Amino acid sequence: MVGENKLHKAITIILFLLPCLAGLVVFNLVPIIQSAFMSFTDWNMLSPPTFIGPDNFREIFSDESSVKAVINTFRFTIMYVPIVIVVSLLLATVLDMKLKLVQVYRSLIFIPVLLSWVVVSLLWMWLFNADSGLINYLLSMLGIKGPAWLFDKKYAMVAIVIASLWKDMGYFAILLLTGLQNISDEYYESASLDGASPVRKFFSITLPLLSPTLFFVIIILTINSLQVFDQMYVMTKGGPLGSTTTMVMEIYNNAFKLNYAGLACAQAWFLVIVTLVLTLIQNKLQERWVHYETI
Amino acid sequence: MKRYSRLHKPHIVINTVMVAILAIVIFPFIWMFFGAFKTNMEVMTMPPKLLPDKFNFDNFAQISKLVPLGRVLFNSVLVAVLTTGAQVLFCAMAGYVFAKISFRGRELLFILILLTMMIPFQLSMITLYKIFVRMKLNNTYLGLILPGTYNALGIFLLRQNIRTIPDSYLEAGFMDGASHMKAFFSIVLPLCKPVLATVAILGFMSSWNSFIWPLIIVSDSDMLTLPVGLSRIQGRWTTQWNLMMAGNLISFIPMLLVYIFAQKYFIKSVAGSGIKG
Repeated sequence: MVGENKLHKAITIILFLLPCLAGLVVFNLVPIIQSAFMSFTDWNMLSPPTFIGPDNFREIFSDESSVKAVINTFRFTIMYVPIVIVVSLLLATVLDMKLKLVQVYRSLIFIPVLLSWVVVSLLWMWLFNADSGLINYLLSMLGIKGPAWLFDKKYAMVAIVIASLWKDMGYFAILLLTGLQNISDEYYESASLDGASPVRKFFSITLPLLSPTLFFVIIILTINSLQVFDQMYVMTKGGPLGSTTTMVMEIYNNAFKLNYAGLACAQAWFLVIVTLVLTLIQNKLQERWVHYETI
Repeated sequence: MKRYSRLHKPHIVINTVMVAILAIVIFPFIWMFFGAFKTNMEVMTMPPKLLPDKFNFDNFAQISKLVPLGRVLFNSVLVAVLTTGAQVLFCAMAGYVFAKISFRGRELLFILILLTMMIPFQLSMITLYKIFVRMKLNNTYLGLILPGTYNALGIFLLRQNIRTIPDSYLEAGFMDGASHMKAFFSIVLPLCKPVLATVAILGFMSSWNSFIWPLIIVSDSDMLTLPVGLSRIQGRWTTQWNLMMAGNLISFIPMLLVYIFAQKYFIKSVAGSGIKG
């Protein structure tokens, strides 16, 4: 700025940046660097760490429960990401239409987003309960005997995915809706003049022009699902038989329940690396399907 | 309906499908609401009934025996309000410097902050816990609040917004003898109210619903926040659905009230965090 006092400027910079710098250093840089160091140690958080080299990283691939957690996290991701994309895209398409009650629909679909995962988990634990749950009751009216859901190792993860979909679809529908609203009407008008069917319009106008938003949503969903924890912690505690233990749950258990904080740090770094690799792969793949220019 | 204009007739079909989906979305809330007032017998009986025979408020008293409910609710409100307030202020202050005051290394510092957005909290939480314990911040409000006051996305959103304020506005203020502090509070903040609201809403939601950090940093039941408090209720009574729903209701209603009053901002916030983030 013109004609301002240098001292005043320096004081302002320091004063205004102080809280954010403190946050950056104390809550991010220091703990991250420390955890990088601790990941090469045997550390129980109580006594001083001892250096053990890359043993913890080897343990990630050799320890049975650690491997299981990685597999389960991928199982969750593979089910959750596509289903959330499909459902929220359909919802967004409808919410983009000029329906009379569209504002009401938008407001209502967003309500589950307000809930904490704990509330969602407790609610769905009841709904999925084998004996007193609503879902199995409704299934029994159709003549189907429902499984024990969260107590059945085949269905526990599916049940968690359903509950997660219920909470998250409104959020992602609203994100995608913003993308849809940025598409100019002209494309649809000229397509109408050419006699394109609605389905055709969806695939040749909507999807390509929405692809940047879609790409962003897929990235966020993937990152979120690799870090999934709350639902499992409340609904199944990782069970039955370890079928819903996730990577973050392993990190939490190792650090705070089993006193293997060094291993937990290594697992956290592994999670970061997996996230990074998947993001880079998706970023590479986007060149094939994301259109940044107009069609 | 301009976009899919050929769909004129199926209008009714689309509305019906939408109402069906919304029924699935909303019905669990209704189930939860009435469940909170049922007796334990009623939540276990098959076939289930929607309404309780009589509204039974005893459930709330019951959970208070395990978790000091009033205190936990108070903690949650206090922590969420203070976290949000501090976060918005700190993000705006940093955003102002990054947008309007140049100094050496500014861009580098800004990029460093953006990079922290990519780092999952799980990476820092273990050693951060250790640091907080050493600073005696476990089981304190400060321990619950502090990590949430730093938000890289908020700094980014505010910096982008403050950059759009023309320098001439600020210069006019400086001509009249205003300090940076004065310019920030009387010129900048009023001009970026919508983005402040976005950051505030996202911050409030994430603080109110935050789970893993309070789970780690608090063990004392007087310092619990609602999500962790609720998870304790569940740990104790595995089939007392009525009690769990009562707890759920207490956790959900404050958020619902905020939503009813600031509904438009909520949806805009989510939308805004998407395009720019």
